Amino acid sequence: MSQKHIILRTAPHVKKPQDVPLIMRNVVYALLPIVAFAVYQFGISVLALVIVTTLACLGTERFFNWMGNKPSSLSDWSSTITGILLALTLPPGFPLWMAAVAGIAGIAIGKAVFGGIGYNVFNPALVGRAFVQAAFPVAITTWTPAFFTGRFSEFVPSSLTLPFMMPPETAEWVEQVAVDGFTGATPLALQKFQHITTDPFALYTGTVAGSAGETSALLILVCGMYLVVRKMMNWQIPAWLFVGVIVTSGVLYLINPDKNPDPLFMLFSGGLMLGAMFMASDMVGSPLTPRGVMVYGLLIGSLTVIIRVYGSLSEGIMYAILLGNAATPLIDAWTQPRLFGAKPKGKSA
Amino acid sequence: MSLIKQDDRITVDTFLEGIWRENPVFVMMLGMCPVLAVTNSAINALAMGLATTFVLITSSLLVSLFRNLIPSEVRIATYIVIIATFVTIVDYIIQALSQDVYNALGAFIQLIVVNCIILGRAEACASRNKPVKSMVNAAGMGLGFTLALLCLGVVREILGSGSLFGLPLFGEQFQPWVVMVLPPGGFLVLGGWLLFFEWLKTRKQQSLAAEGVTHG
Amino acid sequence: MSSKTSTAMIATLGFVTALSGFLIVTVYQATKPAIEENKRLSIQKTVLEVIKGATADKHFIINDKGELLEAVPGMKGINIYAGYDARGKLMGVAVEGSAQGYSGSVDTIYAYTPACECITGIKVIKQTETPGLGDKVITDKNFVANFDKLEAKVNAAGDALANAIVAVKHGAKHNPWEIDAISGATISSKAIAKGLNGSAQQVLPKVVPLLPTIESKFTSEGAKP
Repeated sequence: MSQKHIILRTAPHVKKPQDVPLIMRNVVYALLPIVAFAVYQFGISVLALVIVTTLACLGTERFFNWMGNKPSSLSDWSSTITGILLALTLPPGFPLWMAAVAGIAGIAIGKAVFGGIGYNVFNPALVGRAFVQAAFPVAITTWTPAFFTGRFSEFVPSSLTLPFMMPPETAEWVEQVAVDGFTGATPLALQKFQHITTDPFALYTGTVAGSAGETSALLILVCGMYLVVRKMMNWQIPAWLFVGVIVTSGVLYLINPDKNPDPLFMLFSGGLMLGAMFMASDMVGSPLTPRGVMVYGLLIGSLTVIIRVYGSLSEGIMYAILLGNAATPLIDAWTQPRLFGAKPKGKSA
Repeated sequence: MSLIKQDDRITVDTFLEGIWRENPVFVMMLGMCPVLAVTNSAINALAMGLATTFVLITSSLLVSLFRNLIPSEVRIATYIVIIATFVTIVDYIIQALSQDVYNALGAFIQLIVVNCIILGRAEACASRNKPVKSMVNAAGMGLGFTLALLCLGVVREILGSGSLFGLPLFGEQFQPWVVMVLPPGGFLVLGGWLLFFEWLKTRKQQSLAAEGVTHG
Repeated sequence: MSSKTSTAMIATLGFVTALSGFLIVTVYQATKPAIEENKRLSIQKTVLEVIKGATADKHFIINDKGELLEAVPGMKGINIYAGYDARGKLMGVAVEGSAQGYSGSVDTIYAYTPACECITGIKVIKQTETPGLGDKVITDKNFVANFDKLEAKVNAAGDALANAIVAVKHGAKHNPWEIDAISGATISSKAIAKGLNGSAQQVLPKVVPLLPTIESKFTSEGAKP
């Protein structure tokens, strides 16, 4: 058991190729229920989305293998995970061609240029998402209602947009199919721009608008626990991240309860749960030392809240994790076990 | 005139050097500021490239003419004064020709002064060679710079606005890639081109090496 | 020896600087008329574009004391561009408005039409908003339609607008003085509204009483093509 522990923490540096696919495969297992629920929620559009992003990621990985004259690295499952995670962070009706662009950009910019698995600074799935967020800001904030009728027989109209073309206006279609009360805005956006709070129960169970795989916080939590139980994920990262979120949003809530949402809402809304469980804990981009993990988690947690409350976007977990990834080498350097009698500082949260 | 004997011959390479083997952008990585900043459309890239080429050629001529008179202690100051003169001139000319292009290029025209390609040429080439050779070399460099800017500008305009030189290519329904006309797009496209050229070069070397093996 | 090199340095620098100065002044003199003509044309084009039906323009300035003066270069005050039709009827006045947008100031010129006491056109002359998103304030047809007839009535006291011009959330426009914002570009939309409101609140009360004067100035001057 302790053996596994060590492997987990140092996987990018100690080359034990037979262990990476094992862990990665288990991550895929853990993601499958979330995918299944997303498909149940949003229908075949999400299924197509997952397939397209995964194929795009695998294809790009293979292309860069070929370009660099390296053996195929598809069998380590990491690109598969990137593809699935990426699909889960996109809106259910996201045009498939844009999803493919996201997959290609994620692997190409986020992973291949750094040298492939183990060398990437950022989480490739989030790099892909950040790219399409910057490229197609409108499409990525167009949401579709969950549980709409006929979701298993027809696509969301915007899904099948021709490549390089603008997705059609879906507002009318949404009005036709939506269960009443759907406004086309995520709970976070509703809270931020219109000060409407969403029923917490809806957040746990996923009956709200949002990205394909982020709507049921409860399910994500359970799936994440599977990895924790199998010792394939550092549970301290999400734990500290939650602490960061609760403390920061708690302070803000106490200062101004009318404007700022309460910590529980912050914790269970948006992509925070998915990001904390499956992206922030990505072992390549996170620090190695226990104290580093603490700083990293707190940093991402508080940044998320700060971006959500003060930024012009309603969701902040993506940029928070990317910034956390970027800060990882620094955190690692600061939190080395004390050899030189260095001062125990470095907490910046 | 010069005390040190120079290689005065003007060859095709004098001109081509700047376009391919020592391309200021893709090989020497000089003048990145305008490369990233004004290449969000092909027409801006072209205007910037031509303005820089003009300054390159004229300042090379002047530097080369005075190369034996300028004391080395004040040479940088002298070059900068000469370059700044021509930048100011090109600034006025563009303003007189088209207010629209002038507005689009904004402060980047004035910033040609600090473009290291020009100072680099003055120092490395014009101050050591005869006027004609310097000008030919500068023209090559300017053309190489312009082509590199166009490489970026074309890609960024096609993806970012769906048009080329302002002419729409894909019709009304085209979805622009917003990121391409933003600063990150400049970095991404530049990176893409560098990757492409590097890959070409590596492949060429590999095939050369392979040939060497089979023949040797 | 050192004095010799110093002399050489000073002489070289002096010579090069003098040459530079000569070149710059020559080019400046040569291009000055063209540059000024370009600037004037570009303003005239904007004014005639923004004031519908106008075929001639004239530049006025309202100074600190509220007096209307015909503009001469270097004069300080509020710029007023009047647009007349061929017979000298005042079609509208164009006024500048500016406010902070998402990533820099958004400068606009808008047309005020006395006949309907409303804003009838707007043109963004300088903006650095996010391309594809914030710059929709120029390209989005629905947004531009806001300015076909945007109420800008001066109140009874004549010191401000009766109703402040505001941007409202997309689809929530109910009053003729509200601007229907672009969803996804709210900050840029609001900047336009803020620029309009800030300028209109201040300028229009001053301009409206002067409108007959502005109209009368046309005949004395003659139409510019």
